Amino acid sequence: MNDTIAAISTSTGGAISIVRVSGEDAIEITNKIFEGKNLLEVDSHTINYGYIKENNKIIDEVLVSVMKAPNTYTKENITEINCHGSIASVSKILELLLQNGCRLAEPGEFTKRAFLNGRLDLLEAESVIDIINSKTEESLSLSVRQLTGEGTQMISTLREKILSLLANIEVKIDYPEYEDIEDVTHSDLIKSIDEIQNDMNEILEESKNAKIIKDGIKTCIIGKTNVGKSSILNRLIGEEKAIVTDIEGTTRDIVEGSINIDGIILNLIDTAGIRKTEDIVENIGVQKSLQQIEKSELILFVLDNSRNLEQTEYELLEKLKNKNYIIIINKSDLKTNIDINKLDKEKIVYISALNNDGFTELKKKIKEIFNINKIETTDLTYLTSSRSIALLKEAQSKLPQIKEAIKNNLPIDMIEIDIKEVWNILGKIIGETYEDELINKLFSQFCLGK
Amino acid sequence: MNEQYEIIVVGGGHAGCEASLAAARLGNKTLLITGNKKNIADMPCNPSIGGSAKGIVVREIDALGGEMGRNADKSLLQIKMLNSAKGPAVQALRAQADKITYPKEMLKTLENQQNLQILEAMIEDLIIENNKIKGIVLSDGKKIYSNSVILTTGTYLKSDILVGDTRHREGPHGEKPSNHLSDNLKKYGFKIIRLKTGTPQRIDRNTIDFSKTKREDGDKKQLTFSFDNKAYYDVDKQEPCYLIYTTEKTHEIIRKNLHKSSMYGGLSDIKGIGPRYCPSIEDKIVRFSDKERHQLFLEPESIYYDDIYVQGFSTSMPHDIQEQMVHSLPGLEHAKILKYAYAIEYDAIYPTQLKQTLETKIIENLYTAGQINGTSGYEEAACQGLIAGINASLKLQNKEPLILKRNEAYIGVLIDDLITKGIRDPYRLLTSRAEYRLLLRSDNADLRLMEKGYNIGLVKKSSYDRLKEKQKNIASLTQLLKTTKVTPKKNDYLKQYTTELKDGISLYNLLKRPEITMEHISALTPIPFDKEVIEQVEISIKYEGYIEKANKEAEKMIDLENKKIPDDINYDEIHNLASEAKQKLKEVKPTSIGQALRISGVNPADISILMIYLKKEYNYGNK
Repeated sequence: MNDTIAAISTSTGGAISIVRVSGEDAIEITNKIFEGKNLLEVDSHTINYGYIKENNKIIDEVLVSVMKAPNTYTKENITEINCHGSIASVSKILELLLQNGCRLAEPGEFTKRAFLNGRLDLLEAESVIDIINSKTEESLSLSVRQLTGEGTQMISTLREKILSLLANIEVKIDYPEYEDIEDVTHSDLIKSIDEIQNDMNEILEESKNAKIIKDGIKTCIIGKTNVGKSSILNRLIGEEKAIVTDIEGTTRDIVEGSINIDGIILNLIDTAGIRKTEDIVENIGVQKSLQQIEKSELILFVLDNSRNLEQTEYELLEKLKNKNYIIIINKSDLKTNIDINKLDKEKIVYISALNNDGFTELKKKIKEIFNINKIETTDLTYLTSSRSIALLKEAQSKLPQIKEAIKNNLPIDMIEIDIKEVWNILGKIIGETYEDELINKLFSQFCLGK
Repeated sequence: MNEQYEIIVVGGGHAGCEASLAAARLGNKTLLITGNKKNIADMPCNPSIGGSAKGIVVREIDALGGEMGRNADKSLLQIKMLNSAKGPAVQALRAQADKITYPKEMLKTLENQQNLQILEAMIEDLIIENNKIKGIVLSDGKKIYSNSVILTTGTYLKSDILVGDTRHREGPHGEKPSNHLSDNLKKYGFKIIRLKTGTPQRIDRNTIDFSKTKREDGDKKQLTFSFDNKAYYDVDKQEPCYLIYTTEKTHEIIRKNLHKSSMYGGLSDIKGIGPRYCPSIEDKIVRFSDKERHQLFLEPESIYYDDIYVQGFSTSMPHDIQEQMVHSLPGLEHAKILKYAYAIEYDAIYPTQLKQTLETKIIENLYTAGQINGTSGYEEAACQGLIAGINASLKLQNKEPLILKRNEAYIGVLIDDLITKGIRDPYRLLTSRAEYRLLLRSDNADLRLMEKGYNIGLVKKSSYDRLKEKQKNIASLTQLLKTTKVTPKKNDYLKQYTTELKDGISLYNLLKRPEITMEHISALTPIPFDKEVIEQVEISIKYEGYIEKANKEAEKMIDLENKKIPDDINYDEIHNLASEAKQKLKEVKPTSIGQALRISGVNPADISILMIYLKKEYNYGNK
């Protein structure tokens, strides 16, 4: 029986992303992370509105298509999760699926299954081979490109560290009589696992930055009428001679332009709304703002220096709590009437859109929030594909159970099973595991023999 | 008049003994040909049977109805359970076996075996008709006919003994090697490779000062390889081994004379590739130059003579340098060398030319087993001999072959590795080679394989009945633990060992707690079962999660194993297949998708293409 596979099936950067799941357990697994209708009970070929949740935390608002075997592309059960394009949420959804029993699909695997399950005809079959070939090529060259330099280096070093640990365990199993090789103790193991954990965190942290740089940050500007949103927008665009492109999205979510600030791309959403409402001189309702906040990774909340906060503004502030946001107090050229006592002073930047003042501060603040001050100096070659990151996270998710086993004093041959799995998963990121890697290590590292 | 047999086995080493016994026991008129009857079941290298992974193989041989386990039990000098502190998956028995008793007992078994005859002779050629074996030709030209032939010639194919700058064409013990057989095999289309191995000195025990060594004893409890569980030794009277270390002086002598070693310039024409797991002492000193000392074991070979085997000191230095080297060792300052160390180079068949049954792909009904297939070790040889003997018989009887999967036995791992991956240096089994080693334990070899051995006809009814009894007891004990509950009130005893019980809990779930063992359980309730049953139940409950995971992984593998590749597939017809993959697939001719995936140089994309081709050509429309 085939296992259940999952992958992001749209290219990143678009406004909508689709995560596709195929296999016997596709609906069951999707249902585990979905809140809305019980997907196990819905009809085939229906689209279902709801949320993807992790421990009651909403990850994204989604539409899930449920298609039951055999009338599907792969002839297996399929779900497709349509979510907002944000890289963070797409990756998270994929990660949740992998944690709940899916395997990451190989390049071209959906098409391959479609064929093997008799979905495609003979003529199409010929082209399938080409697709698999080209996809493999593509993903290979892609991963090679993404993994040159530091990214590969970091994964390789980490793998080497684990391999060395494995060799130290194995050598005493296969050559127990060798007294001059130290046994790996449980406290050594805990130390090593902690180190591995730290290394993984570091790579993931760096990779997060790399993704921000590659894909940009979804940003919205909110605030009451007349606080100066559109002049700030115009300043940002005009000032930086930024690239402004129109990317066609869906009705739910329009990315209107990208601003490049010292290498960080801000993808602005719903700028049309800003312009329009400014023209009509109409208040933006809290409800409308809330929608924008939910979609964004960064919120620029504009206040007016010359007047105090209103109730709706306090309400919005409350909603921002768990988000990355910056409070822009505009009109710093006017007399201060605002009471900032209830605001998080760390988040405040004073600007004057009129005098073009404070924008350097704003940019600094954005970089601070995403912890990417070092971007200009580093070679941006960490893991940038969702696949690599998902695999690394999969590997990372095994560590707690390994530590648990060590704490429970389980025998080393059991613990090693899971360590080996982590090492294998990391191997998939680099795409190179060759035969007998471990055995070669044994004989090159230790002096054994009769 | 022509002599006619059903099966001829060529070679009387560990592979040949198992092959001929299995063949004869399964009712075939069998002939075992050996160069010298005295060398039957000889142990030309270390005096031990078992060890990590290998000890499990001996148990597997026993469970399938082979002889090695029983024979080792009859000749024990010392035995211990390795890795006993490391968990159940990697434990294995290792024994010192008497080099006089082991061959003597084996010869007795062979001579008493119905259907089996032994002939002292050398063979020179094979009789082949239409790619099918018909018999063999002896060196005197005499022909003997048979339906199947099993070659278990060990290191005797064109073997050269290497010492310093000298090379002599001879086998171990100065025996005559077989000079023509490998040329003839080449002529029939076999790819022949050259391998190398070595053995250390033997020292007169009376000339060793054992006070300078560390004594290593066997386990203080009775252990046996065989399911018969019959001990022939006295636990309190086991022969000890001794541990010593090389000295700075030893290293100096070796470094100074390195150029005299056959392997380091003494001989310029060495082609054989030596085993990585078993380097010579000069190799160790060159490759691990920062190591101040190397461990050596002094092992008794027999209680009937004085030779002590120096494990870890194998070399191809000239004799005079060996004298200096030995005398630089603590306790061996005045030691007398009885036999010098040597290296041996020999021919072997590249093992991807074999089927899973160990039948050659080129010649029907010709089988090979043991060192001729590129392996090293008595146990590795014996298990191949057994499998070849069984499969040769099954084929003659038109029965399904015995093919052990990687999740069923180390034997399955070994054969699959050989025929799928090929070899570069002599192959030794290691636990690291087994991906499902949690399933392949020493303690469950009987449960894994005995039924197969019984169905084939090699395991006695009485043993099989005992196995059934054991299985029944395992089930009842498991049931007992599931249905017996401990209540919080009654847990005064448990308090000192584990966290408080808030509610009632079954003994089964209690045992899952890492800190609780079967000993605690038996203090709570009587457990009227013997220790093998208790051990089995404890392992399967305690490690249930891990075992389940391993079983799941194995199922995936079996799934791929069941996707068969037809014999007549033409890889040249598959466009898009990478040329390296194409070449490897043509060489190995995998029988399943699972096997194809394990070939190095064949990647998952190649497999996808292969699967699509198979679907299209062989299965299309069969939705």
